[in-house]
Amino acid sequence: MNTSPKAPLLEVRDLVVNFYTRGGVVQASRGVSFQVDYGQTLGIVGESGSGKSVAVQAVMGLIFNPGRIEGGDIFFKGRSLLDPAGKKRVRQVRGKEIAMIFQDPMTSLNPVFTIGTQITEVLRHHLGMTKDQAKKRAMDLLDMVDINAPEKRLKQYPHEMSGGMRQRVMIAMALACEPQLIIADEPTTALDVTIQAQILELLTDLQQRLNVSVILITHDLGVVAQLCHRVAVMYAGRIVEVGDADPVFAAPVHPYTRGLIRATPRLDAVTDRMVSIDGVPPDLISPPKGCAFFPRCDQAGKACSRMQALIALGDDRHVSCWCAAKEVTR
Amino acid sequence: MTGQTLEGRSDQPLVDVRNLSVLFDAGRAGFWGRKRLTVHAVENVSFDIRPGETLGLVGESGSGKSTTGRAILGRVPVSQGHIYFQGKEITHAGKNRVRELSRDMQLVFQDPYASLNPRMKIIDIVAEPLRVHGMVKNTKAAAKEVARLLELVGLPPDAGARYPHAFSGGQRQRVGIARALALKPRFIVADEPVSALDVSIRAQVVNLMQDLQAQFGLSYLFIAHDLAVVRHISHRIAIMYAGNIVELAERHLIYDSPVHPYTRALLSAVPVPDPPVQRARQRITCPGEPPNPLNPPSGCRFQSRCPYVTGTCREKAPELARRRPGQMAACWNC
Repeated sequence: MNTSPKAPLLEVRDLVVNFYTRGGVVQASRGVSFQVDYGQTLGIVGESGSGKSVAVQAVMGLIFNPGRIEGGDIFFKGRSLLDPAGKKRVRQVRGKEIAMIFQDPMTSLNPVFTIGTQITEVLRHHLGMTKDQAKKRAMDLLDMVDINAPEKRLKQYPHEMSGGMRQRVMIAMALACEPQLIIADEPTTALDVTIQAQILELLTDLQQRLNVSVILITHDLGVVAQLCHRVAVMYAGRIVEVGDADPVFAAPVHPYTRGLIRATPRLDAVTDRMVSIDGVPPDLISPPKGCAFFPRCDQAGKACSRMQALIALGDDRHVSCWCAAKEVTR
Repeated sequence: MTGQTLEGRSDQPLVDVRNLSVLFDAGRAGFWGRKRLTVHAVENVSFDIRPGETLGLVGESGSGKSTTGRAILGRVPVSQGHIYFQGKEITHAGKNRVRELSRDMQLVFQDPYASLNPRMKIIDIVAEPLRVHGMVKNTKAAAKEVARLLELVGLPPDAGARYPHAFSGGQRQRVGIARALALKPRFIVADEPVSALDVSIRAQVVNLMQDLQAQFGLSYLFIAHDLAVVRHISHRIAIMYAGNIVELAERHLIYDSPVHPYTRALLSAVPVPDPPVQRARQRITCPGEPPNPLNPPSGCRFQSRCPYVTGTCREKAPELARRRPGQMAACWNC
């Protein structure tokens, strides 16, 4: 087992997740590999149905029937999270060393318990704190996420708070056990733009201050640009391009990445016509044999109907595209 | 023909909204329910929309942008103010009049999943307004007209025979647009038509709407919750906050020289998809949250979040006033 200090904090290797639905087997994750280093923020971007949430749900053990993990492995600090022999250890890791922030703070907080009860539950369960210790820590945590009058807030129920405030509480709960990895699944999608800006600012600040690793799932390239060191672009259950954020945005190689960046409306550029990508993503019950983007790609050639693995472009950048491969050899 | 400024055009406005207020009764509170609760959804809002023009109406949840759109269409009762369509007052139009008006004014909904009846075939969904208004004599004529409409919005001819579940979000939104176009309206309220769609699909629908506008001279009230998409489709943009319009200007003025502090915060809040640029951008975060619409503050509604707030802001609400040609803002200090 690889436990050298050079091992990444989290490594997902060839992850295959299938969902057995009445309509057929949905291949949500078709061999996804990525890694997150200590103190690094990885953005996973993709559109609905690209499999970006499924990949991290597998990390958190949130794949339930009819979903099944049918291939690959996930390593946290060099040890497998999928190993059936280590179930107890894994349960300690999830929620403590890896924490998750969900999209909708309305439904992920329990409406019948106060905020205080919900935060202290985490602390008492994972860290074995006493009631008083936990309360004190909970107040510190609320303070950390810039919630005023924490003592009063602890006694409130989720419905007494606004969406932005609830998301702050979710972040406080995620920070409770001082995790080394935070997974944020579309943390700002349900919020208004000015509130989104506040939460992004808070996440940026906390990430730097606590030097925690973050996986940020989003469909918004702007959010990635603000927060992430690395970015992985997903399409139809696979990662099509991954690399450091700056070069990927500056010079995207995969046609889908390029299309996505061009299709994202920008406030700092005047155009009368939005750029679209024609067509629709493929059906994951019967995904195409070759490159999944092939039918929508303007550069597609004959080779594209065959499968394509990730090609290394140097600087830790990988892309899954024949055209890119041609450019490299040239 | 999008993007040009329409400043200086003298046509009579197609839609003219004067001092519109919409208040909702929200029940009673207090001892024996003596206190009436009123939601101040829209207050004292004025704007016009010219023929062939797109007015972008931008605001966050609860700002009253959808209510404004629905008030124009006669779908929520107006509390105060006047609405004119082609010069005629339609403020308190009765049921029959609203039905008559719906030939000229249509609505495209946000959620393409909830706005199409899952048990109706596409052909029946699109033909329904034609039947209701007696625009087609028989099924055959209806089918012919629906086929024309489906082609217009870029759907395959066999789409009519299928049910909504067979279509993706973007295609469903095209069906919604085809339905809105069926009666050949002059004015369409598009209530966040692309917010529920993926980025690559969003542009397809916005471009389609622009093409249709150029083809038929449609006017749009395009409602959105941020300033990114409206930039591409709007001629002018109105910014709403807590029931008021805080700024109304030609498109380029909103982006190049915004006046109101809220407009500036909104612009700053949308991250630019370019890491070095986004990191270098000066970000204006406005702290706090919008006021409670049940009990809005006296004076300016933005006072609790505004970095430039003064005593005047707390006492008196600023009126929307001209700042430069083509730009109006409601603020005491800018």
